[in-house]
Amino acid sequence: MISLKNVNKNYGAFHALKDVSLDIAQGEKVVICGPSGSGKSTLIRCVNHLEPHDSGEIRLDGLEVGAAKDVLKVRRTAGMVFQNFNLFPHLTVLENCILAPKLASGVSDREARKMAEEYLARVHILDQAWKFPIQLSGGQQQRVAIARALCMKPKVMLFDEPTSALDPEMVGEVLDVMGELAAEGMTMICVTHEMAFARKVADRVVFMDAGRIIEVAPPEEFFAAPKSDRARAFLSQISH
Amino acid sequence: MNFDPSTYWEALFSWPFLRGALLTLGLTVAAHMTAILIALPLAVVLNGPPSALRKLITAYVGFFRAVPTLLQLLFVWNALPQIFPIFREEWFTPFLAAWIALSLNESAYQVEINRSALSAVDGGQMAAGQAIGLKRSHIYRYIMLPQALRVALPPTMNEFITLLKLTSLASIISLQELMTVTQINVARTFQFSEYYAVALTWYLVMVYSLMGLQKLVERRFRWSSRTEAAVLAEARRSRGW
Repeated sequence: MISLKNVNKNYGAFHALKDVSLDIAQGEKVVICGPSGSGKSTLIRCVNHLEPHDSGEIRLDGLEVGAAKDVLKVRRTAGMVFQNFNLFPHLTVLENCILAPKLASGVSDREARKMAEEYLARVHILDQAWKFPIQLSGGQQQRVAIARALCMKPKVMLFDEPTSALDPEMVGEVLDVMGELAAEGMTMICVTHEMAFARKVADRVVFMDAGRIIEVAPPEEFFAAPKSDRARAFLSQISH
Repeated sequence: MNFDPSTYWEALFSWPFLRGALLTLGLTVAAHMTAILIALPLAVVLNGPPSALRKLITAYVGFFRAVPTLLQLLFVWNALPQIFPIFREEWFTPFLAAWIALSLNESAYQVEINRSALSAVDGGQMAAGQAIGLKRSHIYRYIMLPQALRVALPPTMNEFITLLKLTSLASIISLQELMTVTQINVARTFQFSEYYAVALTWYLVMVYSLMGLQKLVERRFRWSSRTEAAVLAEARRSRGW
């Protein structure tokens, strides 16, 4: 479904991704972790071409990521959820969800609303559909953001630290929704420090450091016996 | 006191003053609209990635901000026909000359307002628009511009008011706007206070109406405050969204 081959990305002199290769099968759930600045977010943002990669090859559902003619197709194939939600503040929850289906997929207003209501119900927030984002808590906003992404009927979901900006008591509601999505068979890449979530949901854990993939392993293996020193050091720091 | 109310009231609604006020307002609206139309795409380019075009726009903005407005008016009215014979024709009126000069002048200021308003919109908004697969024009039309407008509105209204008063400079190229009409009547009768009061009244009416209009437009931005957003959302729900 997703394949990266020798992907490199530079920001000026900073080498953010170094020869990154990774294959993800349909329905697979991959959690990416690693210290800050290790390239996790850059990697995930390269997959839907929010960041253009400099060399190497990325393919998403048969599309070549980076080919000018397929940029919009790539982005409609992958839904993305951001750390800071990035809901459109001037639109209501429902309007946030129907904007892209109406503009990009040419769905009728009625159909778009029906679909949005369906997804808002799935993330358990349909009762807030008429509100503006500023009226919602962080956890609620993030669930709306997930619904908004789902309204484009993506084949892959990309989560970029979806719970890092949330108050602790709201982390659970967002992780629950993500867990439900995973159980339905969605292909997912998730950058997160929620190791309990990784243990429960992930098929594989990818550990990155300094722009490289250091280790890829099933969660039970990765958490019990990390092979690299850097992964061991990282895990000892985050598990208090 | 030497103030003749009947002269004031008579002049206030006389055709020359009404026509002068309308000309002032018309010129301001025309010049500002044109300026915004020029400025918007330029601001969008300035808000994008670096390019040769960006340098060119920066030079344009610098130039028209540097040249005094009066000089621009005089140049368009007097020098342009000297350089290009086509401007010597009948159709090239003082109104047209003032429109061109003030539009160019104002567009430079408006570029800066629009550029800063666009850059005030959170960077995540653009990314979110891209991530749901919208094309660039849709992102600007439905996401960036509605939010940027909120930031741009107060300084844009400032510019409009400044421009409204700047149109009086066009009296130097014989445009019969409000101040020109005032000066003509004062020169004829030496009734300074009466005619100045008429001009003042019309300027106040125009500016205050505009401020009312600004308030109305600002009601559209209630989504940015938690308490007002609640009121707006409730009102829209009761109307059946």
